Amino acid sequence: MIQFLLNDEMIELKSFAPSLSVLDWLRTNMGKVGSKEGCASGDCGACTVVIGDLIDGQWHYKSINACLMLLGNLHGKHVITVEALSTTINPDVEDLHPVQRAMVECHGSQCGFCTPGFIMSLFVLYMNHTTYPGKEAVIQALGGNLCRCTGYQPILKAAEQCFSYENDPIKNIAHEDHRFTQQVKKLTESLQTSLAANQIPLIEHGEQHFYLPQSLTQLCQLKTAYPEAQFVAGATDLSVEFSQRLTYQDQLISVRYCQELMQFENDDTGLHIGAALPYSEFVERFCEVYPEAHELFERLGSLQVRNAGSLGGSIANASPIGDPAPLLIALNAAIEVQSTRGKRVLDLAEFFVDYRKTQLAEDEVIVAIHVPKRRPTLKLSCHKISKRIEDDISAVCLVLAYQYDDETIQKARCAMGGMAATPALAKNVAEALNGKTLTLENLQLAAEQIEVDFQPLSDVRASSEYRIQVSKNLFSRIWYQTQEAPQFKSANLHTSNAVQITNAAPIIHTRINHAAL
Amino acid sequence: MRHFETDKPKGPAGNAIGRSFVHESAIKQVAGKAFYIDDKAEDVNSLHAYPVLSTISCGKILSIDTKPALAEAGVIAIYSAKDIPGKNDVSPVFTGDILLAEEVIEFHSQPILLVVAESYQSARIAARKVKIEYETSTPVLDIKEAIAKEHWVRPPHALHRGDAQQSIIDSAHQISGELTVGGQEHFYLEGQVSIASPTEDGGMFIETSSQHPSEVQHLVAKVLNQPFNYVTVEMRRMGGGFGGKETQAAPWACLAAIAAYYTGKKVKIRLARGDDFRSTGKRHPFYNTYQVGFDDDGLISGVDINVNGFCGYSADLSDAIVDRALFHADNAYYYPNAHINGNRCKTNTVSNTAFRGFGGPQGMIVAEQILDDIAYYLGKDPLDIRKLNLYKPGRDLTPYKQKIDQFILKDMIEQVEQESDYWSRMQAIKDFNKTSPIIKKGLSLTPVKFGISFTVQHLNQAGALLVIYSDGSVHVNHGGTEMGQGLNTKIAQIVAQALSIDMKHILVNATRTDKVPNTSPTAASSGTDLNGMAALNAANIIKERLIEFACEHFEVNKDTIQFVDNQLIHDKGKISFAELIQLAYINRISLSATGFYATPEIYYDREKAEGRPFFYYSHGIALSEVEIDLLTGENTLTRVDILHDVGNSINPALDIGQIEGAFIQGMGWLTTEDLRWNEKGELASNAPATYKIPAIGDTPAEFNVKLYDSQNPATTVFKSKAVGEPPFMLGISAWSAIRNAIASITDYKYAPSLNTPATAECILNAVQVAQQWQQKQQQKNQG
Repeated sequence: MIQFLLNDEMIELKSFAPSLSVLDWLRTNMGKVGSKEGCASGDCGACTVVIGDLIDGQWHYKSINACLMLLGNLHGKHVITVEALSTTINPDVEDLHPVQRAMVECHGSQCGFCTPGFIMSLFVLYMNHTTYPGKEAVIQALGGNLCRCTGYQPILKAAEQCFSYENDPIKNIAHEDHRFTQQVKKLTESLQTSLAANQIPLIEHGEQHFYLPQSLTQLCQLKTAYPEAQFVAGATDLSVEFSQRLTYQDQLISVRYCQELMQFENDDTGLHIGAALPYSEFVERFCEVYPEAHELFERLGSLQVRNAGSLGGSIANASPIGDPAPLLIALNAAIEVQSTRGKRVLDLAEFFVDYRKTQLAEDEVIVAIHVPKRRPTLKLSCHKISKRIEDDISAVCLVLAYQYDDETIQKARCAMGGMAATPALAKNVAEALNGKTLTLENLQLAAEQIEVDFQPLSDVRASSEYRIQVSKNLFSRIWYQTQEAPQFKSANLHTSNAVQITNAAPIIHTRINHAAL
Repeated sequence: MRHFETDKPKGPAGNAIGRSFVHESAIKQVAGKAFYIDDKAEDVNSLHAYPVLSTISCGKILSIDTKPALAEAGVIAIYSAKDIPGKNDVSPVFTGDILLAEEVIEFHSQPILLVVAESYQSARIAARKVKIEYETSTPVLDIKEAIAKEHWVRPPHALHRGDAQQSIIDSAHQISGELTVGGQEHFYLEGQVSIASPTEDGGMFIETSSQHPSEVQHLVAKVLNQPFNYVTVEMRRMGGGFGGKETQAAPWACLAAIAAYYTGKKVKIRLARGDDFRSTGKRHPFYNTYQVGFDDDGLISGVDINVNGFCGYSADLSDAIVDRALFHADNAYYYPNAHINGNRCKTNTVSNTAFRGFGGPQGMIVAEQILDDIAYYLGKDPLDIRKLNLYKPGRDLTPYKQKIDQFILKDMIEQVEQESDYWSRMQAIKDFNKTSPIIKKGLSLTPVKFGISFTVQHLNQAGALLVIYSDGSVHVNHGGTEMGQGLNTKIAQIVAQALSIDMKHILVNATRTDKVPNTSPTAASSGTDLNGMAALNAANIIKERLIEFACEHFEVNKDTIQFVDNQLIHDKGKISFAELIQLAYINRISLSATGFYATPEIYYDREKAEGRPFFYYSHGIALSEVEIDLLTGENTLTRVDILHDVGNSINPALDIGQIEGAFIQGMGWLTTEDLRWNEKGELASNAPATYKIPAIGDTPAEFNVKLYDSQNPATTVFKSKAVGEPPFMLGISAWSAIRNAIASITDYKYAPSLNTPATAECILNAVQVAQQWQQKQQQKNQG
C-alpha cells in the first residue's frame, strides 16, 4: 500500500499498474481533469502539478510534470492540483488565488489548455517567494511550460502582478490560516504516523510490482531477486518509453525512498552526490563550488524535469546527449555502484561502453557520484548549443576543465555530448592543450583535433558539419570569455557571487551568454 | 509594456465596444474548469478508437494481419476502408483526401485501419500490433524533383501585369534570388480529439475540437452515407487551432463515427502527440525564386516571382493556400510589371494544410527578401527602399488588379520610425558592430498588408441565432468557433452594444450545427467580421421588433425610443430591459432571430486572374532588433516594437493578445521551429523534444505593442478589422533583422542568403558564406 495526500484528501492505494503516471491516474481514476495532457513526454508542462516533500515535518513544494511522475512515487507526498486553488463554485475574479487572478486580469489565457500548468508553476513560485523574484526567476520557473497562443508577454506580466495584491489569507491557500492548510496540517500528522508504521510500502498488480525499498540493503536485495526489474527515480526518461513507445515494465523499483541515494556532501575529498537526488536539490550547492556550471544546469530540461530527474538516472541511461555526463567527466568524477556482491567505484569516463550501454552489472545500482575536490588552479568552461535556450536537448555540449598553473594549461579534460554514441573525452584536444599557454591561437589549434576525436552524426538536432564547426568555434568563445566579459571574470572566483550577479539582472538584455564581447 | 489598461466590466451598459473585457472562459481556464473534449466524463460502456498508421511513405499494401491486434485484451473490432458505409474521402474542396488507405500508401503515417478497444491504452497498443506487408516505392520528397516532374496536386496559377521580363531587362539593375521557406507544425496544445455518440434516430452526435463544425457534419454524414440532418456537431472550445483544425479535425471525427456506427456505443478518438505530428498536415514549406529590375534609387520596375508550395500528397486546401501566397507576394509594395506564378507541388508527405496566414506569409517573405536584397545591392538602408516602393495613390493597383484604397502604412512606418528611434538605433548598431568581434546586432522594420476575406467567395457568409428568454437573459449562437482568440467575448460585446445591456446578461457558448447551419470555418481571420455582423444583424432584428412593440404598447413615437443602460427609454417613461422582454413575451412577440451576413463587393475571376478578392486590408509594422553570435549562430531577439492596425478595436486586450501571440508564433516559424524528415519520408521532429516552439524566455526582453489609431473605411462590424492572421507576418522582421546582422560582416554590401527556419546552424552557415565573400572582396581590393 502507498499513502499520500491529494489536495485535502488522504489517499491510500493498494494496486495499480506500476507504469501508471500521476496524470493518467488523476484524469482517469480521480476525474481531476484540470491537469491536461499536452504531450505526455514532459516537454510542454500542461500537466504540471505541485508536489510536496515532507522534510522534518515541513512540506517543501515543487512543480513536476504529472505525465512523467509515476503514481508509486507519490508515496508520502502531497500532490496539489489546479482544482485545489479556488474552491468557490462559479468564482468571481476576486475569489481566485492571486496567481489565477493575475492570469485572468493580465489576459494570460487564450485557448486555456496550457493554463492549468502555468497556474501550478506560478503557484509554487508564489508559495516559495514573498515578493516578486524578478523576471529571470520567472523564466526559470515557467521555462518548461509551453504556450502557443499568447507569446508569453501577459504571463510574464501576471507573474509580477500576482505578488502585488493585498494579501488576503482567505483566498490564499499558501497562507497558514486557510481552511485548506488547516485540513492539510491535520492530514499531515496522520500521514506521518502511518508512514512510520508502514515500513515496506509495496504495490502489487497481478504479476506486476512497484517496490519502494527504504534502504540500500533492501534495494540491492530486491535487484538481486528481480534482476529484470527496472530502477526508477524521476522517470523523466522511463515514462516517455511508456507513453511513446508503449513498452511497459512489470517490475519497477523506486530508488527515491532509499536515503543512501538521496545524500549530498561537500567535504575535504570533494562533492558526493546521491544518485537519486533530484537536480534541484543539489544544483545550488554544486554551483557554490562550480559556478561555471550554473548555466548548464539551468538549461538542463525544465524546472519540472530538474525537480524530478537525478544524476543516477541520467548516467544509467547513458544518453549520448545528457548534459551532466560531459560536466562530470571533465571534472574527473567517479561513480559508486553497489550490489549484494559489494561496492565498486568506477571512473565515469570509462563507464559508458556504447550507445546506451554501461559497465553497470544487472544487479548493481548507482549509489553516488563523487567529484574530486576543486583545486584553486582549476578553470572550468561549460557550453551548450541547442535550438532553444529553455528546455532543449544539446546538439553539442562541451565542457573543458584544466589546471591553469604557471600560465600554462595542464591536465586538460575536454568532455563532449552529442558528438558520439556516448558522452566522451576529446583526448586529442586535451593533449593539444596540455603545456600550452592560454592564447586564442593555441585554443584554435587544439580545436582542430575535434575532428580526430569525433565523427558525429547528422540528426534532427544538427548536422555533423555543424557539430564539428560549432565545437571548434566554442574554443574561440572560451578564449574570448577569459578576456573581456566581466561576468565570466567573476565566475572564476570560486564563489557563488558571480551567479548572484547574473541572476540579479532585472532585465535580460540578451540570451547569448557572453554578449559583453 | 502593454499599451492598455485592464478594464473591469463597469460603467454604463451599451458601451461594450472598445473595452478590454477578459476572455469569457478566463476564470474557468485558470481554475481548471474549462472543459475540453478529453475532459468529458466517459460512459461506462464508452469505447476508444485508434488508427493504424503506415510505416512507409509510398507504395502498396500487400497483406494485413490483424490477428495479433485482435488478441490484445480489450480489443473490440478493427475496421478498414471496406467497412466505410459511405465515401472514403474527406476532402474539403476537391477529392483525394482519403480517410483510410485502401491499397496505395501516399505518405508516412497514413491511416490504414481503425482499432476499437475498451481503453485508450489497449487501442494504441493493439494498433501497433497489426502486421502489414508493403511493396515500397521511392517516394517524392524533394520539392525540386516535384517541380521538375511537374508533379502537381492542382494546376499552376499565375498573376500577370505588363511584361515582367522586358521591364526587368530594361531596368538599370537586375538581381535574382531564391529562398527555401520551412513549414510549421501547429502544435495546438490540445491534440486532435473527437467523440462520436450514436443517436436514437440512427444518426450521430459529434463532439470535436474543430474550426469547422459544419464540414465535420457534412463529412461524417458522407462517410456514414446519411443525410446532413442526421449528424449534429457540437464544438465548445478548442485548445488551440491556428488552422490545424480547419480540415484536419474531420478525419478523426469521421473515424470515431464509423466505430460508433458499428458498435452502437460512444467512441472517443484522441491522437497521441507523436501521431498528431506525423499524421496531420502542417504549414506548407515553400521554395521561392525571384528576379527583380529596379532603378538607381531602388524603385522596382518589374518582378518575376515563382512560388512553389510543398502540398504533400493531396489537394486539401492547397489551391487556395498557394493563391494566397500569390496575392501576398507584393506585400505592401507596388510592382508596375509583374509575373507571379504559383505551383502546387505533390510530394509523398502528409497533406499540408491551413496555418495562420494560409500561404500569405510564404508569399510575403519573398517581397521582404527582394526589398532587403535591393537595399544591400545599392548600399542603401532597407527602410528607405521599403518606403520608396510602398503602394500610394496612383501606384495603387495590385498584380491581381484590386485597387488599394487605404494608404496608412506610410504614416504607420513614420510613427514607428520616430517613436522607436529607428535611425539613431541603426547608427548605434552599426557603431557597435564595428567594434564587436563576435556579437553582431541587426535591426529591421517590415510592414504587413494582409488581405481580408476568404478567397473562395461563398465562404464569406455567416449566421447567428439570438435568443432572448423571458427573464431578459440572452443566449447567442453563431457559426464561428472559439479557439482562444476571444471570438465569443467579442460577439457578446457586439450584442451587448447593440441591445445596450450588460455583458453579464449574455451567454455565448458552444457552436452547434443544429443551431446555426451551413457555417464557414473559423479561419482567414474572419471570425468576428462575419459572425459579429451576423450576430449584430440578429440583435437588430429583435431590437426592431421590440421598438415596434414598444411604439404600439406605450403609444409612443419610434424616434423617441432609445436603448440605454439596460433600459428602453421613450418619451413617456422608461422600462428595464428585463421587464420589456417579459412584457413582449406576454404580448406574444417573437424573441428569437437568426442573423445573416454575406461580405459584399468581393469576387475573383480566375480565368483573368483579377478581381477584388479582399474586402479590405489589415496593416502592421514591426521593428525587430536581434543579436547573433558569429561563432555559433545563436541568436536573440532583444527588442520588438509593433504598431498594428485593427481598425476600431472591439477589445484592445484581446487584439493585443492576438498580435503578441501571432508575432511570437511567426518568429518561431522563422527561427527555431525546424521540421525534419528522414530519407524515408518519416517526420523526425515528431515531438516537442525535437520540435521547438518558442518558450517563455524567447519573448523579447522589450516587447512594445501598440494599436494604430484608425477606423476601418470598409463597412465592418463597428469599423473593426480582422486580427488573427495579419500580425503573424510581423515575425518576418525578426528574420530580416538577422539578415541585417549577418550583412554587417560585409559592411552591408552583400545580401546574405538565409533559408528558414534560421536556426543557429543555418545562421552560422550564412555567416561563413558572408565571411568568405568579405575575404574575397578584400583580396580583390588589395589585388
